[in-house]
Amino acid sequence: MIKVENLQKSFNGAAVLRGVELEVKDGETLVVIGGSGSGKSVLLKHLCGLLKPDAGKVVVEDTDIVPLSEDELAPIRRTFGVLFQGGALFDSMTVFDNVAFPLREQHKFSEPEVEERVTRELQVVDLAKAADKKPAELSGGMRKRAGLARACVAQPKYILYDEPTTGLDPIRADRINRLILRLRDELHVTGVAVTHDMISAYKIADRIAMLHEGRIYTVGTPQEIQSNPDPVVRKFVTGVSDRSQEVALGEANVH
Amino acid sequence: MTDAVSQFGAFVLEQVGQLGRMLMLFGEILRTTFTRRPRWAETIEQTYQIGWKSQLVVLVTGAFIGMVFSAETGVQFHKVKMDTAVGPVVSIAMLRELAPMLTALMVAGRVGASIAAELGTMKVTEQLDAMRSMGTSPVNFLAVPRFVAMLVALPLLTAESMFFGIFSGYMVAVHMLGIDRAYFLENMVQFTNAKDVIVGLIKSVFFAVFIALVSCYKGFNASEGAEGVGRATTEAVVVSSLTVLVANFFIAVLFNAVLPP
Repeated sequence: MIKVENLQKSFNGAAVLRGVELEVKDGETLVVIGGSGSGKSVLLKHLCGLLKPDAGKVVVEDTDIVPLSEDELAPIRRTFGVLFQGGALFDSMTVFDNVAFPLREQHKFSEPEVEERVTRELQVVDLAKAADKKPAELSGGMRKRAGLARACVAQPKYILYDEPTTGLDPIRADRINRLILRLRDELHVTGVAVTHDMISAYKIADRIAMLHEGRIYTVGTPQEIQSNPDPVVRKFVTGVSDRSQEVALGEANVH
Repeated sequence: MTDAVSQFGAFVLEQVGQLGRMLMLFGEILRTTFTRRPRWAETIEQTYQIGWKSQLVVLVTGAFIGMVFSAETGVQFHKVKMDTAVGPVVSIAMLRELAPMLTALMVAGRVGASIAAELGTMKVTEQLDAMRSMGTSPVNFLAVPRFVAMLVALPLLTAESMFFGIFSGYMVAVHMLGIDRAYFLENMVQFTNAKDVIVGLIKSVFFAVFIALVSCYKGFNASEGAEGVGRATTEAVVVSSLTVLVANFFIAVLFNAVLPP
């Protein structure tokens, strides 16, 4: 379980998180939605200790990770897999070596075991033929899929997804969504995803939390969010920039 | 006036802060070097990148500095009938000053820029965060191999530069200026000793520390975007080159007291 209490973070005096309260239950996939620049990725990075908050707690398995040093954080971070927005693949390594990286760093697996696991993960994300390519030779979507394979390969307890389907065509996006669901259902991975993609959010989320003005504005199941009458929530989930447009759109549909 | 003073104060505070953070990185590199599992593959790869691939630029620099130094001193010494002093002057200058300093400056330009650009790009594309998220320390995986490789490569490059500088100086003195080969060599051996080689090589160790530390620090602290990486790269070269030049003076004064020529 991950619990976030009164999380506050500012950059150069600008408050991004103003007291976030959030709980991620074991085995669920929680999707965090919110506008661009609302601090979703910043929140995600706090969950595995990549950023230190100005105030507040991040409790992972009964341990507040905020005061921990980098050395103390290392074993906790190994229980996480993180899919970064642009993939964040290591430029100097091939796709295979990128995906093998977390396994090799754990020093627990023989090289044939590493090869077997990496090959399997690359097949799952449809990148088996790109194993020997460098990240610079891949498209944005391929980089994201390779990043997902790297996040999953060590079978972590938690996976954090930063915009998992952005930049993918609908078919590949659906495949990633199904992969996230499979990780939850078969391997009981606890997931936190931040996304703008409401189709993906509805599909993969057990619960959706909306981040607005530095705080969690509302939390609910996908059905609860879809039927939420609050104008701030409506505006975001319908993708209409203001109320007058929403009305005009409604009238146009009537005619 | 008040604005200027406060701006200057802020500038000084920022520089002191940077120095402090750089020293903390140095401490972390040393701690990690001796407490973590060595990364041989990365260290060998970096030694190849830093040492082997810098040879051409370092050898050309060393050789032409030796040649021009020999040509200039030869012409001047000829006026006072001291042509045979060219040998010791070229060798001592190459060993104690020119080879260590010019090699360090060339490496700062070629390798320092490359380290800062690579680490800076990794920072802005979240590769460093990705590494940390997998429980791997970027200092251990990236900085330590570069630091160790620089400590191995720069003294070797300096030694090569020393040899080629003196050899090319000899060629110019003997074959262009007509200085007698036996006098050149005899005087060079008489006035040059092991201390000069040791001083030059010890200097190169200090310079290796400065270049690796400054370049890693600037790369790790690059600000967002291509502009941030560009700025980090420029600053790495400028700061490490200036550090080499300034430190060279103080190290020279220190060694003149401890190990006089």
